[in-house]
Amino acid sequence: MTTVEHNRSLFGNLAGALAQLRAPGEGSSLLVAILLGVTLLMSAANLLLPAESPLYVSTYTITLMGKYLCFAMLAMAVDIVWGYCGILSLGHGAFFALGGYGMGMYLMRQIGDRGVYGNPDLPDFMVFLNWQELPWYWQGMDQFWFALLMALLVPGLLAFVFGWLAFRSRVTGVYLSIMTQALTYALMLAFFRNEMGFGGNNGLTDFKDMLGFDLQADGTRVALLMATALLLALTFVASRAIVQSRLGRVVVAIRDAEPRARFLGYRTEGYKVWLFVYSALVAAVAGMLYVPQVGIINPGEFSPLNSIEVVVWVAVGGRGTLYGAIVGALLVNYAKTRFTAVMPDGWLFALGTLFVVVTVLLPKGLAGLLQRGRTTDAETRGENNTGEVSAGDAPAEPITGEARA
Amino acid sequence: MNVTAQARELLRRDTTWPFLVPRQRAVDVSHQVILYVEGLSVSFDGFKALNDLNLYVNDGELRCLIGANGAGKTTLMDVITGKTRCDSGSAWFGRNIDLLAHDEAAIAQLGIGRKFQKPTVFEAHTVYTNLELSLKGSKGAWSALTAALTGEQRDRIDRVLETIGLVNARYQLAGALSHGQKQWLEIGMLLAAEPRLLLIDEPVAGMTAEEAERTAELLTSLAGEHTVIVVEHDMEFVRSIARTVTVLHQGAVLAEGTMDQVQNNPDVIEVYLGEDA
Repeated sequence: MTTVEHNRSLFGNLAGALAQLRAPGEGSSLLVAILLGVTLLMSAANLLLPAESPLYVSTYTITLMGKYLCFAMLAMAVDIVWGYCGILSLGHGAFFALGGYGMGMYLMRQIGDRGVYGNPDLPDFMVFLNWQELPWYWQGMDQFWFALLMALLVPGLLAFVFGWLAFRSRVTGVYLSIMTQALTYALMLAFFRNEMGFGGNNGLTDFKDMLGFDLQADGTRVALLMATALLLALTFVASRAIVQSRLGRVVVAIRDAEPRARFLGYRTEGYKVWLFVYSALVAAVAGMLYVPQVGIINPGEFSPLNSIEVVVWVAVGGRGTLYGAIVGALLVNYAKTRFTAVMPDGWLFALGTLFVVVTVLLPKGLAGLLQRGRTTDAETRGENNTGEVSAGDAPAEPITGEARA
Repeated sequence: MNVTAQARELLRRDTTWPFLVPRQRAVDVSHQVILYVEGLSVSFDGFKALNDLNLYVNDGELRCLIGANGAGKTTLMDVITGKTRCDSGSAWFGRNIDLLAHDEAAIAQLGIGRKFQKPTVFEAHTVYTNLELSLKGSKGAWSALTAALTGEQRDRIDRVLETIGLVNARYQLAGALSHGQKQWLEIGMLLAAEPRLLLIDEPVAGMTAEEAERTAELLTSLAGEHTVIVVEHDMEFVRSIARTVTVLHQGAVLAEGTMDQVQNNPDVIEVYLGEDA
């Protein structure tokens, strides 16, 4: 009897969650529609139109767009923990790069004997280092499914262990940020070493094909872009469902008043750990999609500066709104591409200025600007309405009484 | 005991393994006492915040704790709710639950609610969501992912909204409430959790006289069904609600009794009320 009831309520809950998944709100379906529509149009323009056509989209642009979308996914991952839970991670590049290395190892093994040294098993850099056999952690990475699994498992596990240790010890705020920074820095130093077996300074590159498709071919590039857009849409909808569930509301509660949440019976560290792991997995997926499109992964991706840049993207777009992070990442990266073409050395100054300006003038980012516009609209339209509510809801004078203190 | 005997003990069919027995969570108040605090001492860097403190609170009672700043009122609450570890002593919830063996979240789930001195609500959420998050029930991350409100829980929230007088503000952001309303919302959040014991730290600080009066009514109506412990500085307010008053001084109980008894107690007059008068 009770199990039946329990099952029924469980199914009811699941159905509710699925319904939320299917109907993620009008604003977000708009974003998904634009994202998929633009990707589709760009792909068609690349594949179907002749190169002389004014509407032709070059393969370079396709790849650039794919790269931007990977960054957008990474920004969303940071926004999930920073915007919703107040965990300012300055080391999310680490999870991104680990996912990237997982994919890179698979692509490296696909080269086979087409490398410079023609060794069928060992990647070039290992031959160069006079290694005789494949290290144990490279075993099985020639299988796509296994490489995918590892590229998710390793960052996920790292996030779990790190999060469990940090959140259980109640490390918060600046101290946590510094620790995440140290984490990615330590990984960068480790991956720079040749003895690690990940190609050291040069990283993994010179990829030939993926699942049998030539990585240089237009069709593969377009397919990768479409896969990236699809996965971005998917992770966006999933993240949206998570932050709109009760779990998401608890997470925001933890951000605003962690002791209150704890004294209501929530084990806040558990919530933080799972959110952190989820965010790390999204970042890893972004890294996995990034590497085949860019064609290289090296320890530079672990550099703390990269992770800080991601935070700037999120701040510009508006934290605590998933679409804001995506828009911020796209805009700032586009600006970066244009800016570095004109004045390569000036970019970091521009980025810093942008961060300061956004922090001072637009604390809620571009999304905040949008929301402000919408609320003023609503206020002017429904003035009477709000007036009534505020008059009715104050049973006693709403005076914060210094009178009594 | 040798190995076979141990194995036999392990495989006995008439008993269940201890770890499979659900832990008894319901508090046992068969002796009418819901909170036993005995010989509690806490010191911070040599300063004795609590000094061999003894306190017994009956089930359904409304108890007021008073005392000057530094008398140990907040520290006592911290120990009961699992925030601060004590150096020695014991704290039991009913006869069967050792509070010192649990952490904050577990103690909250056992049925001890706490209101902070500074009203603390989830400002980015609506009043309704604040209450929803406070409801009694599973507090795990996985169940929260699929959780939806049942009809019963909606009724519960509606009743609490009525009790705290925020029915019309239910969809307002908690951050937009006035100071007094935040205090009520926080009390409402405790009520939504259906606690056995409520620890309320300075409920009328910063309230107007009218708001304080309403709060007094609210707290008096809660006693009986719940056990309420109130810490307050405002003597007029304490007089209006208290049946039993406990006076703390330098981390120990100085006096206990009705308001009149306490006010006429020479020790109390000397160390506390005397300064005021």
